[in-house]
Amino acid sequence: MRRLPILALLLWICSIFYVGIYLFVGGFLLVRLEVNRTSTCADVLPPGADVARGDFCLKEPRFRRAVVLIIDALKSDFARYDPENTSPRAFENKLPVLDEMASSRPSQSRLYTFRADPPTTTMQRIKGFTTGSLPTFIDVGNNFASSAVLEDNLVHQLGQAGKRVVFMGDDTWVSLFPRKFHRSLPFPSFNVKDLHTVDNGILQNIFPTMEGDDWDVLIAHFLGVDHCGHRFGPDHPAMAEKLTQMDGVIRSVINRLQNDTLLVVMGDHGMTDTGDHGGESLKETDAALFLYSGSPLFPAPSSQVEPEVVPQTDLVPTLALLLGVPIPYSSVGQVLLPLFPHNNSRAAPTGLSQAEALWINVKQVNRFLETYSSMAKDIPADSLSHLQSRFTQLSSQYLSSVSKGAPPSPELVASMQAYLSSVRETCRASWARFSPVKMAAGLLVMGLACVVCYVLSELSLVVLQEGVLKMPVVSGLVVGGAVAAGQIFMWGFVEVLWCVGVVALITEVMVLWRVRRLSLWLSLLPPPLLILLLRCSSLLSDSYVISEGRVVTFLLFTLVLYVPLRLNWDGLLVPGPPPDTQKPPGLLPPSLPLSTVRREGAALLVSVGVLVGCLYLSLSFHSCREEQGSCQPSAFLTPLSRVQDSRMRNLHYVLSLVSLSAWAFLLHRWLRHYGNLNCTSVTVFTARFLLPLASICMGLHWAVSATPEDSFRNLAELISLAQVALPRVAFGLLGLGLLLLWLDPLTVFLKTRAPLNSRAPSMPPPRYRASTGISPQAELHHLIPQLYQRIRRSLEDGGSEGAEADGRPAVEAYGLGTVYSAPLILLCGMLGLGLLLLHPEGMALSFLLMLLQAAAVLHLHTSSSTLSSLQSHSNVFSVPWAPVVLWSLAASQFFHATGHLPTFPSIQWGAAFVGFPQGHSGTVLPATLVTLNTFASHILFAVGCPLLLFWPLVCEVRGTRAGRSGGGDDGEDVVMEMRLRENPQQFSSALLQLTLRYLFICGAQVFASVCAAAILRRHLMVWKVFAPKLMFEASGFIVSSVFLLVGVALVMRVDVAVAGLFQKLLPQNSR
Amino acid sequence: MWDVEIRGMASAHAIIAASIFMATVMPAVLVEKFSVYGTHLIWLYSVAGSVAVVNIAVFWLLGISPPTKKNTLSYKLSKLIRSCVYLLLSCLFFHTVIVLYGAPLLESALETFSLAVLLSTFTTLRCLCVLGPNVQAWIRVFSRDGAMSVWDTSLQITTGCSIVGAWLGAFPIPLDWDRPWQVWPVSCSLGATVGFLTGLLAAPLWIRWHRKQLTYKLK
Repeated sequence: MRRLPILALLLWICSIFYVGIYLFVGGFLLVRLEVNRTSTCADVLPPGADVARGDFCLKEPRFRRAVVLIIDALKSDFARYDPENTSPRAFENKLPVLDEMASSRPSQSRLYTFRADPPTTTMQRIKGFTTGSLPTFIDVGNNFASSAVLEDNLVHQLGQAGKRVVFMGDDTWVSLFPRKFHRSLPFPSFNVKDLHTVDNGILQNIFPTMEGDDWDVLIAHFLGVDHCGHRFGPDHPAMAEKLTQMDGVIRSVINRLQNDTLLVVMGDHGMTDTGDHGGESLKETDAALFLYSGSPLFPAPSSQVEPEVVPQTDLVPTLALLLGVPIPYSSVGQVLLPLFPHNNSRAAPTGLSQAEALWINVKQVNRFLETYSSMAKDIPADSLSHLQSRFTQLSSQYLSSVSKGAPPSPELVASMQAYLSSVRETCRASWARFSPVKMAAGLLVMGLACVVCYVLSELSLVVLQEGVLKMPVVSGLVVGGAVAAGQIFMWGFVEVLWCVGVVALITEVMVLWRVRRLSLWLSLLPPPLLILLLRCSSLLSDSYVISEGRVVTFLLFTLVLYVPLRLNWDGLLVPGPPPDTQKPPGLLPPSLPLSTVRREGAALLVSVGVLVGCLYLSLSFHSCREEQGSCQPSAFLTPLSRVQDSRMRNLHYVLSLVSLSAWAFLLHRWLRHYGNLNCTSVTVFTARFLLPLASICMGLHWAVSATPEDSFRNLAELISLAQVALPRVAFGLLGLGLLLLWLDPLTVFLKTRAPLNSRAPSMPPPRYRASTGISPQAELHHLIPQLYQRIRRSLEDGGSEGAEADGRPAVEAYGLGTVYSAPLILLCGMLGLGLLLLHPEGMALSFLLMLLQAAAVLHLHTSSSTLSSLQSHSNVFSVPWAPVVLWSLAASQFFHATGHLPTFPSIQWGAAFVGFPQGHSGTVLPATLVTLNTFASHILFAVGCPLLLFWPLVCEVRGTRAGRSGGGDDGEDVVMEMRLRENPQQFSSALLQLTLRYLFICGAQVFASVCAAAILRRHLMVWKVFAPKLMFEASGFIVSSVFLLVGVALVMRVDVAVAGLFQKLLPQNSR
Repeated sequence: MWDVEIRGMASAHAIIAASIFMATVMPAVLVEKFSVYGTHLIWLYSVAGSVAVVNIAVFWLLGISPPTKKNTLSYKLSKLIRSCVYLLLSCLFFHTVIVLYGAPLLESALETFSLAVLLSTFTTLRCLCVLGPNVQAWIRVFSRDGAMSVWDTSLQITTGCSIVGAWLGAFPIPLDWDRPWQVWPVSCSLGATVGFLTGLLAAPLWIRWHRKQLTYKLK
């Protein structure tokens, strides 16, 4: 077997795909430039440089102090109070204080709907309502590692103005604003299961702090409501409890409030009906905003048009001006006018009037716009000049009205507001900047990579014999180096992106050039690839992406039905008519014996049935996107601890446990059936003990995590210990198992009875000393087949179950027939258990379905290849397209059927806490766990991909027994996977072909979603549907390809070990 | 001989196609507010009924049904009963397949079953007319060299086209265009009908085009 060329080729193909993805993503994902300038007091000098009025910062502000209570995920619905609602749900009518205040003291308080900008994740929101800017898509990924905010922000400005900012609550703030607070009391935020630590920490400290005098601005960020939503959903008694607690907090704060203090109560985002957030549906973006002050703040309610919805960015300039600090430099918000006194009423002794506030705001926004447009060119020039002219007009109007001494007209106020809104809209629209050249280059590299992958998979045999890779890679590297040198020469720095892009492109073109003369490969599109084509084109439409789970299942179903129909069309499924007696026997096409055809046909139909059943059942495990209106997420997706009905919980638990044990049992059963559990190697130890032990740990862990928190108070410590220990033990056992599997992958048990053996006369003792003086290497080649002959004998006589007494085979080899597939299956089984542990308990059923479906695909492939074995002319081991397409589409199917969706809010963050209920200190481990959870099905199917090659050989036993009864000769007997060692060349090429085909299918899907993102980049749905889909598809491809390589590497590891085994055996047997 | 058969087939197919057309037009006169989308099930039943009647009539008149060994009344009756049972079974089979393909299981079961009836009319009924209630023969016909007459070939083509048409008809359902024909099962039944019509048109043309290559074993 040619190990190195295969690995090199696969690595090369994977890396050119990676380069393509990297290039495209570099040009596609939007980046907003951060303006690192800060506002100063001098910037906000009133118009006309009126020295008499003095420095802005020195003036007496409207409020001396402020208390900002941020209640994470305080949805606007939570804050509403409806006295007529007699049977409120858990989250309704639990904050009566807001409504009470707003109706009883209308001049002191207001309640608004507070609309966040997507993405509605906490860190982005904190950045949004401190800097006043709009977030960009790329920020989403930073949620794990929050880094300091570099842009100008409120906290910085308050510090500059000498205000003492005291912070308590969510520790994200401290990482965002390091060393900016006068005093801070951070509490850990990442552990979603912990409802009380942060809130109780704040409650202990907030009142003493308020009563003291060591603060000017107090920020308190409560996390309980958000965590309660994540853990239980909004409609749960725990949410009622939490909101009632918040009600009490707000009341106590109001009671302690002094007249010069402003109280802001706000939610940073809302939540969906399942308690998640991150997207841009109204449920997620609409939070509540409540403003209160001890002294009259608002004009009479009817005097002015109240805004219905307050954008989140608007809080920044409002707070800044009320507290007397400059508006942060890059804010694009607009002051909330109701909080400022009317222009003509001179009643308010201090603070700015509406027109003054707006003017300061307009000037600041214009200054930001000028700075930003000088740094970056992404705002269109025409809208920029339009805005500029409007500003000039406004400015002259305002200045003339001020110089006249008359208050500015309401029209001027309205047009200033309109100007601010249009700036905000322009920014929102144009912070989507693409780099078309990089995108095109990425598309080109990926498209060519797909072509190369397809061509090489068709030519795998030739490719391995000739070795096409060396020249192109060398020349590619040379050209890449030249480009890098040129860049240094021209610009003085190297942009790595372009260099690797050039290398990838050159190698691709060279490889295609080298195989051009072998261009026999342009055959017609086979129907399985038509299914792939349909799948790829479905990625170009948002409707199909939204209902992707069903689309993939539909296509898979079609392909499954296609296989038997096609076989029947070729006349291979049912036994043909009795051969024509008139024709001479020589002209008859060769045909399989009747019984084989019958049995294989029946097996084929059974596996089609199982497959269809699995496909249909898998539909019931889907989750729902927000775009799918009337969709109910699967009941199995709720973690057991959130199921409230105890009978339901028990039922789910039992079902999960049954599936878990079925998973372990089936694995064990298969290994035992093929005689892989007989020897005493460490791998067998793994299969026999580690695997069941890990499953037991998992079952116990589920039981522990499903127990309601308050049911066993006296055992609480034990339970929390078990929640840490059990999953960690399971992970440890599985990890140990994987290590042992890698160290010694052989599960072959050899039993030699050479001395006792009365060697059968039909088999002369092998002559090991070849007469010619050839090299030992050649001798070995000669010897190995001889050993097979003997092993074959033993298999023939007793199968793997053992030797017959009279047969007395020389060597009994248990499990030699499945020497390649047994470790792979063991690997898949253990990986599957580990990945299942990261999922909600109910997904055990889905994992069992996955196992059944994989087995059904393998058997379908086996039967169909047996039935058509006489027709195929190519490599005997070669795997046709249909099963490979089935296999890789099943990965997408089960991505959906394990409750995943290609959207960011649907990522199952709970996976990061399995075994780590206290949260993490680093970011690598939780990110890994979440990745493993998200791409579980991709991982399993990629690792198991080589099984498609082995399975027809494993199932050979059935075929040959019948074949022998029909008169097959002894030379062609059960060798199972040893056939692969007899034909190393064909084995290598078939393995290469299989993996290339799998990579091609995955790569084509990535290419399609990349195309979708590129073509539809101004589509309404691009950030909601196509960009997340692209990210998920690309990451899925990377994960798949890595694990595909792991699977191939394991096969090679086994190959090395088998070679070693024979090396060891031969001398021992010869003497 | 070839040309006669092909011409006969073309005219038979023309009659069937005309019956579909009539089934679409006639109810408009008889039923108030008839439209293919609005009162879809009525249209579906009228097409299925007329195709069934015309098919049976045409094949009976042309006498293409398989040769019978016995000519007794009881044998004919049992054959008729078996045919009806097969038709019903095929309706249930199609219903199952459609549900497995993702049609709703309980709601709008009537619509699903109607589609199954339509598909059975386009496929199974023709099989019954041409081959009789003989599953072995059906399986034989749908293989590459299983066709034993021009009619078998035409059966292959029309059946394949109807089913592919219904399959393609499912494609627009998830799209968010909010058109009346995206309602289940309108697009699928329209697809099946269009596919069937295409098959009716294509079969004589294809056979004529390939008449050199087509050789039928005599029974």
